[in-house]
Amino acid sequence: MPDNGRKPETVALTIDGREVVVPKGTSLLQAAAGAGIEVPHYCYHPGLSAPAQCRVCLVEVEGAPKLQPSCVTVAQDGQVVRTDSDEALEMRKGVFEFYLVNHPLDCPICDMSGECKLQDYVFAEGREHGRAHEPKRVFGRDDFGGDVLYYGDRCVMCTRCVRFMEEVAGDPRLTVVERGSRAVIDTFFDQGLEGASFAGNVVDICPVGALVSKEFLHKARAWDLDHTPSVCAGCSQGCNVELHTRDNLVQRLKPRENQEVNGHWMCDYGRESYEWINRPGRLESPQAGRGSRRKPTDWRDVLGRLHARLQELRGAEVIVIGSPLWPNEGLAALDALAQAAGQVSRRVFRSPRAQDEDPLPGFPLLIRRRDLAPNVDGAGLLGFDRDGSDVGEGGLDGVAAHDGILLVLGDELRDQSEEFGASAALFVYLGTHDSPAAANADFVLPVTNFAEQEGTFVNAQGRVQRFQQALRPPGTARPAWLVLGALAAALAGNGPPPSRADGAFAALVAAHPAFAGLDYDVLGVAGAPLADAGAATAAAAGQRAP
Amino acid sequence: MAYPYRHEKEVRLMSEAFGDPAARTIEGWRARGGYQGIARALEIGRDATVADVKASGLRGRGGAGFPTGVKWSFMPKDGTRPHYLLCNADESEPGTFKDREIIRWTPHQLIEGCLVGAYAIGASHCYIYLRGEFFEATQVLAKALEEAYAAGLAGKDILGSGVEIDVTLHVGAGAYICGEETGLMSSLEGRRGEPRIKPPFPAAVGVFGMPTTINNVETLAAAAHVARHGGEWYRQWGTEKSTGTKLFCVSGHVNRPGNYELPLGFPLMELIEDVCGGMRNGAALKAVIPGGSSVPIMDAGECVSCELCYEGVEAAGSMLGCASVVVMDETADIVKQVRRMADFYAHESCGQCTPCREGTSWAARILRRIEDGRGTEDDLDTLMQISEQMTGTTICVLSDSLAAPIISSIQKFRNDYLALIRRGERVGAA
Ligand SMILES: Cc1cc2nc3c(=O)[nH]c(=O)nc-3n(C[C@H](O)[C@H](O)[C@H](O)COP(=O)(O)O)c2cc1C
Ligand code: SF4
Ligand code: SF4
Ligand code: SF4
Repeated sequence: MPDNGRKPETVALTIDGREVVVPKGTSLLQAAAGAGIEVPHYCYHPGLSAPAQCRVCLVEVEGAPKLQPSCVTVAQDGQVVRTDSDEALEMRKGVFEFYLVNHPLDCPICDMSGECKLQDYVFAEGREHGRAHEPKRVFGRDDFGGDVLYYGDRCVMCTRCVRFMEEVAGDPRLTVVERGSRAVIDTFFDQGLEGASFAGNVVDICPVGALVSKEFLHKARAWDLDHTPSVCAGCSQGCNVELHTRDNLVQRLKPRENQEVNGHWMCDYGRESYEWINRPGRLESPQAGRGSRRKPTDWRDVLGRLHARLQELRGAEVIVIGSPLWPNEGLAALDALAQAAGQVSRRVFRSPRAQDEDPLPGFPLLIRRRDLAPNVDGAGLLGFDRDGSDVGEGGLDGVAAHDGILLVLGDELRDQSEEFGASAALFVYLGTHDSPAAANADFVLPVTNFAEQEGTFVNAQGRVQRFQQALRPPGTARPAWLVLGALAAALAGNGPPPSRADGAFAALVAAHPAFAGLDYDVLGVAGAPLADAGAATAAAAGQRAP
Repeated sequence: MAYPYRHEKEVRLMSEAFGDPAARTIEGWRARGGYQGIARALEIGRDATVADVKASGLRGRGGAGFPTGVKWSFMPKDGTRPHYLLCNADESEPGTFKDREIIRWTPHQLIEGCLVGAYAIGASHCYIYLRGEFFEATQVLAKALEEAYAAGLAGKDILGSGVEIDVTLHVGAGAYICGEETGLMSSLEGRRGEPRIKPPFPAAVGVFGMPTTINNVETLAAAAHVARHGGEWYRQWGTEKSTGTKLFCVSGHVNRPGNYELPLGFPLMELIEDVCGGMRNGAALKAVIPGGSSVPIMDAGECVSCELCYEGVEAAGSMLGCASVVVMDETADIVKQVRRMADFYAHESCGQCTPCREGTSWAARILRRIEDGRGTEDDLDTLMQISEQMTGTTICVLSDSLAAPIISSIQKFRNDYLALIRRGERVGAA
């Protein structure tokens, strides 16, 4: 039916005694979920087709001769549905007992324990004691290649993994072999999941501990992990993720649903690139003095001296090196300080780029982008130009010998020599780790990485996305925006600097028209597009050109 | 050699030529009146053919007994998308051996039925999905099909009518589940033979996503005769609700097992005592499975007044199914029979649905344990409950098909189970 701007058609039905209104075409399972009623299910996944094969989500529909699979039964006007009728509960109890006939019940050594849907459902609705006394069939463990291990005995045969590879990855590398209770998931012949760049998602969607990550295997128990909404820093797609942390270390990344960005998915490259966040050897306190005269000090002292020095040099030529691993707030504060200090002649960043993009065929919005940093587009909008090669090195012509002010944030200058910045009137180095090329820095300031603070990135779609703080910063490290914002405000002589991340964001919105109209609270955990996202990405694309 | 056994009470519309190699050739078949059905159908037109089959009361011979003309009328009338006819020749139901005989003795009868069906539903392509083990039957059918193409009876411009119908043989790999209609479609498409959830029904979204009708071999064979003689003619046999004749595959403890074509409504005891020459060694009747392994087992008492038509067998507590009558005398070991069925269903379950995948194999293991004398009475309760959980809860009815014999055997032959459980005694010698 044509919808000439009219409201989409809806149907009204009753689920467990509650009136529910949903758009036409909604499944009973989704309709119930919308009303806060979870109907147990395994084979159904919102990002995949629904084969209605697990037979767990059967519900009672008044007038239907038998229980209906709620995942594929479309809600009808006036329908009366009971997800918790005696018949439905009895049936589910039976299905959960069936699942345990061959299941090894090895929860104590299973990685999924604590977040396993079999454990949860059986505990909630299953029989207290199983009646299956027969010997169980045993498959053992299979290496599927890549990061994926398969424990066949735990598999509930929901075929989510098979359907993900076929429907979403467009790369059908998994299949069901054999039939009946001998059925098992397998790869084809010698080719496994190695090199399939989105295969890690099968571990996420496996409702039980059948598919596990080798990298995460036996590393942490689910209930010991803290989950923080964040954004993947692997590339400029900015997939929404959760950082799972324990002992102040990131243990793994899991995708967080965002239909505008990454659906339910993320790529393996992003999933696996988090070790840098945990890298030891951090700068823990501010230092002042060049080379052998370098001494640790405290923030009060270092900020006072740095402020004095900036005032002495006021009006000098300033070169700024930023990094797209840093959020907008830090980069904007870096820019603000540079502007307050003198004549900014160059604002650059260096960042690695992949040879190609890597799109996810079944969810075309998700593309592992060429830019392998989360905030390349934000940096572009804030006036930073790309410099250097596709491995994130080189460029910086004449910077090493610059004699004005040199401000470096986040770039470790790995390819630069110990002579770097030797002739600079003032060389300020803000980073997480010390570097040989920072030997001539007058001030070395420890700052937090993105996981140790909150803030925003702009992704390749021109979407501003917020992430939250997942880790405690080391020593006295501070967010760059806090350090730089205080200095800039003192130098420019205007009001008190922002003391919270929302204030830092507001300051950048005020200073940069591209961000106009955005509100930190409104961004929430899902983010929001820039007012002119198209122009923003075009600008970013322009500055990306070699 | 004459066909194994004949009986004068038979009405051999479809099976007259069984055992007669001359009927396999196109000339031989034409001499016996063959291909007049498709000729008449082409003459009276599509809608009249469907109407004829509707009027005949013919019901699907694949097991479910759905009225064939009604099924054909579900096909969309607008001709924008290709339509397909699938002939289900996967015949794998334990105890069933009628389709094979139709194919190997009267291949042209089936081809004609396929042409009639395809024409009636507006399909220009018919696939015959053959069970993998039907080696001889497939060869016979392939040869006949070549003859039909050469004679202008298949392919382009059939009998000069301008109608085009291609017939393709597809040999399966020998899986029972590929006989389930949507499983057959998946298999034909080159996927795993896994049934699909309905709706969508095949008439809307069938094989290759197109409107599809699927019919059993015997259904189509009978339809060829209906097309030739008209619907009213067919109703002279059978009952009001079960018209025409049906091939009964009789196996087990009778003197003359075999295929017998009888009018529907024929008394079961007369089939056993008269047509099949009575019980082997004059032994007493213990049980009958009237419709293939998927239906409830009947005890001797239920057989007494049972008439072999859809409604008659239902009234006697079971189902006509595909009319595969398995007769068991007092030497039959019911527990073993049911366990063997459970092994079969556990082996053939496609494994998609949890109640079927786990239930069939669990039931098989419990039954095996009971058979080995290590069962308990609690096991019978468990079996009953498992079976209930396997009924009406899955995508296809394979799961229900094991539940039926388990439930009925425990209800009707509980003492056989108890003898094993309590005293380790097997009832029956086999
Ligand atoms: C597990 C299972 C196996 C089946 N096997 C066959 C078979 O081998 N041959 C057949 O004709 N029908 C078989 N059927 C029935 C078909 O699904 C379908 O109902 C039939 O082919 C329809 O044809 P009809 O209407 O002409 O009977 C099977 C059904 C089930 C559930
Ligand atoms: S491995 Fe996991 S996702 Fe795949 S079928 Fe088994 S339970 Fe489902
Ligand atoms: S596509 Fe980019 S943002 Fe998404 S998971 Fe991969 S690396 Fe991370
Ligand atoms: S009931 Fe059994 S055979 Fe039928 S689809 Fe389900 S698992 Fe497969």
